[in-house]
Amino acid sequence: MKTVTLNHCLVLNGILFTLGLLGALLNKRHLLMVLIAVEVMLLAVNLNMVSFSYFLKDYAGQVFTVFILTVAAAEAAIGLAILMLYFKNHGTIEVSSATTLKG
Amino acid sequence: MFLDFLFYVFATILLMSAFFALFATNPVINVLFLILAMFYSAGIFILLKAEYLAFSLIIIYVGAVAVLFLFVVMMLNITKKSFKESIQQFKTPLFLFGILLMVELVLLFLKAKNVMHHDELSHLAFESFDSVTNAHAIGQVLYTQYFLGFQLVGLVLFVAIIGAIVLVYEKRTKVKKQNITKQLLRTKKNSLQIVKFAPIVKKEESES
Repeated sequence: MKTVTLNHCLVLNGILFTLGLLGALLNKRHLLMVLIAVEVMLLAVNLNMVSFSYFLKDYAGQVFTVFILTVAAAEAAIGLAILMLYFKNHGTIEVSSATTLKG
Repeated sequence: MFLDFLFYVFATILLMSAFFALFATNPVINVLFLILAMFYSAGIFILLKAEYLAFSLIIIYVGAVAVLFLFVVMMLNITKKSFKESIQQFKTPLFLFGILLMVELVLLFLKAKNVMHHDELSHLAFESFDSVTNAHAIGQVLYTQYFLGFQLVGLVLFVAIIGAIVLVYEKRTKVKKQNITKQLLRTKKNSLQIVKFAPIVKKEESES
């Protein structure tokens, strides 16, 4: 790639990350959508790491992407398990129903 | 030149599919678009010469995590009607702040200069792994310098496995099951009782 610079990649990742953030914030429907938004944000971070790794010619970024991938998989598994429990206890996974701590 | 064109195509489709993954109303469609976004980011990984990560992204994310999401979507009973009825509090300010953040990031990254000055070549530089493949090079870095992190990530996965099982596991009481400890702890002494008694002879029968 010749004309694509680090800035192009960073703009792409910034837009992707903000999309994920907006998805997590504006979403008032399911807790599942929040998890999907978190996955998108992690994807943006991974892309960021890899683009820095490519343009700085350094393998550390890719190694850390491996770590982030693993932690994201663990997070998804635990999050979905919690979601199943929540659904079993409350019968719904709407964000607005999680008001037990409200008092 | 062709690779640049490919980058823009991948980036466009990635952003569009991420948008649909987040804002479509049907949860199955959301997860499928998430899978599409992961495929296209794997394409960008390949363009950025990270083949190992591209394939592990497809194998781990699409093959495991996204399929897990699909299973959960299909196991839960999600009704579509809740979307309209739910309270949309603070929607406009949140949207505005999000767009503001996006514009800020884009402007910042477009204007940023001299980001990629990398004067001193670190020993993890691409040049020191010139003759080997990407996966080989990552392995050489991962198993030497980042070995502690590698082990800790394994621990994180282990904890996640146990946590997920403990959270979702439910003990079934209705089913009769074999209790192996109880079975193995049975000995002759605590289960078998030998009673000695004298044979009973009925006198009436012998007389007749």
